[in-house]
Amino acid sequence: MKHFFLALVLLCAAAPAKAESILLASTTSVDNSGLLARILPIFTQKTGIEVKVLAQGTGQALATAAHGDADLVLVHDPEAEAKFIAAGHGILRREIAWNDFIFVGPKADPAGIAGGNDAVAALRTVAERKAPFVSRGDSSGTDALEKRLWKVAGIDPTGRDWYRDIGGGMGAALNAAAAMEAITLSDRGTWLSFTNRRDLVVLVQGDPRLLNRYDVIQMNPTLHPNIKAGPARQLAEWLAGPEGQAAIGAYTLSGEQLFHPDADNPHP
Amino acid sequence: MEKFLPIVALSLEVSLSATLLASIAGISAAALLALSRFPGRGLLVVAANALLGLPPVVVGLAMYLLLSHEGPLGALGLLFTPAAMVLAQAILATPIVAALAHRVMEARWAEYGRAFEASGASRLHALPHLLAMSLRPLTTAVLAGFGRTISEVGAVLIVGGNIAFHTRTMTTTIVLETSRGNLELALSLGLVLIGISVTVSSVVLLLGGEQGR
Repeated sequence: MKHFFLALVLLCAAAPAKAESILLASTTSVDNSGLLARILPIFTQKTGIEVKVLAQGTGQALATAAHGDADLVLVHDPEAEAKFIAAGHGILRREIAWNDFIFVGPKADPAGIAGGNDAVAALRTVAERKAPFVSRGDSSGTDALEKRLWKVAGIDPTGRDWYRDIGGGMGAALNAAAAMEAITLSDRGTWLSFTNRRDLVVLVQGDPRLLNRYDVIQMNPTLHPNIKAGPARQLAEWLAGPEGQAAIGAYTLSGEQLFHPDADNPHP
Repeated sequence: MEKFLPIVALSLEVSLSATLLASIAGISAAALLALSRFPGRGLLVVAANALLGLPPVVVGLAMYLLLSHEGPLGALGLLFTPAAMVLAQAILATPIVAALAHRVMEARWAEYGRAFEASGASRLHALPHLLAMSLRPLTTAVLAGFGRTISEVGAVLIVGGNIAFHTRTMTTTIVLETSRGNLELALSLGLVLIGISVTVSSVVLLLGGEQGR
């Protein structure tokens, strides 16, 4: 059986690159921000491999891949990724980009957290002042980080009337925060490309705990023999390699860089 | 705006294909239910009417589990393709066409069935005449099915995945642009969608013999 799988993998790898297409289950931020639409055509032009992007939250993207329905994942929740790999679904994780998370909220700053750089202290203040807070509540990477930060702060906000769990994507959460004049946690990429900000501004940034790393994970071809392991590996290697890294670093929106290539790595 | 043309084309392709499938299945079922008597027939009529409110998101989820690589139909490789979207929407629209078509064909058969039988025509021979007599209300039944498919987002989002250039339709684009905060663009696309839906329905109505009445 093992040989059969091996043969299949080799067959995939040996197949001509032309007319090949793979499905990338990606977190919404890299797609909604326009990054993938900018850099993937460069990869397709070079290799002939078409990349179909299935933009979902990290939790959903990993679940899709665990069902064997995606060829490669691009997500940003280190803990969920580790579980995914430990369960045998993924085999190789490469960090390809990073940026940071920020707390955004109304300019009037109802919680009085503006200008801070301590994420946990900010959440404690939000809870004390009972300032409206919008939570994704969708098991995305951003949602997972927010839940971890509340835990560190020693507060369980579930069910409090100022804590609004909207069960939606980053864009939906920003729309809701703008409409409710609430605070929310956002990745910087989605924030910079988001156009319906109304009164929202960045309130808290710069905490090392707010680091946001994006990883590609190759699927385990033994557990998921149907996936296109060869071209998926090509894409993972391209993203982590010099060309992909340069393309990621070159993507800007109105002069601001959205994602930093892993090469300018500020963290261990 | 021209980057939205392929999206409009896919929306029409998917919903028209689904409507065609649903019409064939729905009108066949309606004819069978109206013209023949068999045990369980009443139950099927109730079922068709009860399924008018079939939730798209549930149909989408069930189709997802069926078509996923781990599901029973996974080997077909249909998940995240337009074909999966057509199937899901056809399932949603079939009870609508069937229930509405059955209602009209049953009434026509009650009116003319005896005459057909007296003239010696078999039920199979009577069917084309019955369909021709019911053309206008049947058109409405088909349009109700089309209305369901062109406006539907829950099922196509789940089984299609809203993949750019591949499974992105008008409705999933509107959801996406709303989530990007591009509310004006989303609303403009919504108006275009309404325009297309109204146009298609009007054209079908005219072809269906509504003119001059």
